[in-house]
Amino acid sequence: MNLAAAFFYLFSAIMIASAFIVIVARNPVHSVLFLILAFVNAAGLFMIAGAEFLAMILIVVYVGAVAVLFLFVVMMLDVDFAELKEGFLQYLPIGSLIGIGVLIELLLIVGAWAVAPSSPGASPTAVAADISNTAALGQILYTKYFYLFQAAGLVLLTAMIGAIVLTLRHKPDVRRQVIADQNARTPAEVTLRKVPSRAGLQG
Amino acid sequence: MAVGLTQYLVVAAILFTIGIAGIILNRKNIIVILMSVELILLSVNINFVAFSAYHSDLTGQVFALFVLTVAAAEAAIGLAVLVTYYRNRGSIAVEDINAMKG
Repeated sequence: MNLAAAFFYLFSAIMIASAFIVIVARNPVHSVLFLILAFVNAAGLFMIAGAEFLAMILIVVYVGAVAVLFLFVVMMLDVDFAELKEGFLQYLPIGSLIGIGVLIELLLIVGAWAVAPSSPGASPTAVAADISNTAALGQILYTKYFYLFQAAGLVLLTAMIGAIVLTLRHKPDVRRQVIADQNARTPAEVTLRKVPSRAGLQG
Repeated sequence: MAVGLTQYLVVAAILFTIGIAGIILNRKNIIVILMSVELILLSVNINFVAFSAYHSDLTGQVFALFVLTVAAAEAAIGLAVLVTYYRNRGSIAVEDINAMKG
């Protein structure tokens, strides 16, 4: 067993174990932290498969942005999570039944699977040997898949606008600075008061 | 035992199963449901990358990039809906979400 295979089994074992902890953890903060561990190990798997750019994107976007967003929301909501955990044992039989069923079906598919002989051999976007993975991805992403790339940008724009519209709210009793009022104020409207030291203004 | 396509597919299948089981086991906790959806999308990405390496074809990695984009958008929108819902109802229990009588 060579080094890459050893690291493959190490990364997959840690990733599956941490994914398991994500769904059974009592505390959602622990779930988010183990989700981060699962993503980091998946980035290692991508690295072994030769997708260096996707591995870096997984670390930067998922661990850096999405998982931290989850962490913020979990810590911001003051929810009694023990109460939410109550139905866990009730759903355990059907959950494990469906899980084992899906797993058996997927493994049967993986076992009996083969490439169709009629499939085209040489691909139009083959991996070039002399340039890095990032450069090769850029060369097809900005040419062949340019419209898809822009559509992905539109998806992100829609998500950003949607998230802002959903969570923005104007409280009526918050006092804000109105610069027009400040500029329109004349010296006659302003009253100067002598404030005693360490006493503050009363009323 | 060298690492081939089959090993990647088995790992992705196990991860997908864990995500499915997580959705069913945590019926009440919508945050863990969202995290399970992220796990499922991650297993899909592992499949894309494994097939991309197997066929020496970069299209799979490009598509995995788009899946990552959609997953990030989904997480942002889902959490925004969750925060808005918590402000209105003071709870995030999935069972309370019956205003639309679905």
